[in-house]
Amino acid sequence: MKYILMMNCPRTGYDSFASMPKQDIQAHIAFMHSLNKALRESGEFVSAEGLADPKQAKRVRAGKDGEPITDGVFPEAKEYLAGYWIIDVDSPEQAYKIAARASAAPGPGGAPINMPIEVRQVMSGPPAEFS
Amino acid sequence: MSLLDSATELLLRDLAPQVLGSIIRRFRDFAVAEDAVQEALLAAATQWPREGVPGNPRAWLIQVASRRMTDYLRSEMARRRRETAASAELENVAPAPDTALEPEQDDTLVLLFMCCHPALTSSSAIALTLRAVGGLTTAEIASAFLVPEATMAQRISRAKQSIKASGMPFSLPTGRSGNLEQTQRLRAVLHVLYLIFNEGYTSSAGSHLQRTELSGEAIRLTRAVHKLLPDDAEVAGLLALMLLTDARRAARTGSDGELIPLTKQDRTLWNSNQITEGIALLTATLSKGSIGAYQLQAAIAAVHDEAARAEDTDWPQILALYDLLKRISDNPMVMLNHAIAAAMVHGPSAGLELLDALDADGRLTGHHRLDAVRAHLLELAGDYSRAIAHYQTAAARAASLPERNYLITQAARLRESTG
Repeated sequence: MKYILMMNCPRTGYDSFASMPKQDIQAHIAFMHSLNKALRESGEFVSAEGLADPKQAKRVRAGKDGEPITDGVFPEAKEYLAGYWIIDVDSPEQAYKIAARASAAPGPGGAPINMPIEVRQVMSGPPAEFS
Repeated sequence: MSLLDSATELLLRDLAPQVLGSIIRRFRDFAVAEDAVQEALLAAATQWPREGVPGNPRAWLIQVASRRMTDYLRSEMARRRRETAASAELENVAPAPDTALEPEQDDTLVLLFMCCHPALTSSSAIALTLRAVGGLTTAEIASAFLVPEATMAQRISRAKQSIKASGMPFSLPTGRSGNLEQTQRLRAVLHVLYLIFNEGYTSSAGSHLQRTELSGEAIRLTRAVHKLLPDDAEVAGLLALMLLTDARRAARTGSDGELIPLTKQDRTLWNSNQITEGIALLTATLSKGSIGAYQLQAAIAAVHDEAARAEDTDWPQILALYDLLKRISDNPMVMLNHAIAAAMVHGPSAGLELLDALDADGRLTGHHRLDAVRAHLLELAGDYSRAIAHYQTAAARAASLPERNYLITQAARLRESTG
């Protein structure tokens, strides 16, 4: 079963990440790298991406002729999606375990951030027993 | 293997377990042998379309795989810096392949026992079975399961490590406890084949076309096991169940991938050849006396398949079969289907009473199927407002997109027709 693990950060998250000492930034990046490596080696990795700063984001709507209309400013939100993993695991418990591991990524001073990771099941094909 | 015509591809897949068995016997290393055979299959897939299929394709594959094994062992020995002592050793482990004299031994069953080892998770067993016995490439398996190739390669490699660590010999279990162990291991093999079939069968039409090949692969492998163990009634039962289920594939989804329940399917789309074959297999096993869970499920599928129209379905017979199945299987899904059959024979309130027993049982608590069946039976009973509520609860709990869409559509239909 596949799960998406969504890493959310507060409005100030990108700026405070960028203002950490170099050593802490490097430790965080190394942590994410080793987490992805471990997921590849365990045969559970499907994909993982980090998203650019929400200040670069645009909100798009279709106009009259289907033309894109972009809002100038990305709306203020309490939390932003900073990145995600999609994993293929044998149980929901294993997905929670991996989420907890990601949550404990190091922040300032190398201390675990314990950021909230939203775990959602990815929908699958129709069930076998459907008749 | 896309360069090959389908007959040659099938030939390669049939030869894969035989070649692997032969290489393991010679070199006694399952994990490395499996890689070497995979390379030989890939070599065949690129060379044969150019140069033609060799006169003895099995010998050709064994020779190429043996060469790979020898190369591997040589580099492994070089790595260990034991060249002098090792070259003598190499002569012993890698004799010139005298394939013409080698008896044709079918190792499919031994390999299946190995790949479906109880130490493996089912996802690992499935992947390894498809590669080592089915002869599929890692890329093909990865694409069928919608994961990156590197992820699938790791899954297969870890599965092989687990088998190696288990110290399992490459042979069928023998001795006093051998028969019992063989029965248990065969049960594990049949379960893995059943899961492979479902992986393919549960993919929706259109979007994941390559996944449907998994059902065909499961049928092919189960057929091979049936050929080796023609007197095993459960093997025949599983093969019959697969054929009788797969026969309905074309009618099971609409043009947008939406699910069509059995009662609404266009039965002229059902595959009559598969139905005929499934029923013949089943009839032959039932005359042998012993009855297992796969045979009973196949028998239920056969009763559905034999009805030309949904209203012709022999529900009393299905109910009787579920009564039998309930006695040998402690699966709550069986109890759920039993409740549907009871409702069709004795009316919805009889079915709803059985669902109350399932509530008390607790194992399906929170499972969307319990809500979906309750909604269906409440609708039959004319209790539309509660039916709508349960369709909606079921939809919120479903993890399958087509099924979720089906359930919300059911709720909407009922709201509009009763509101």
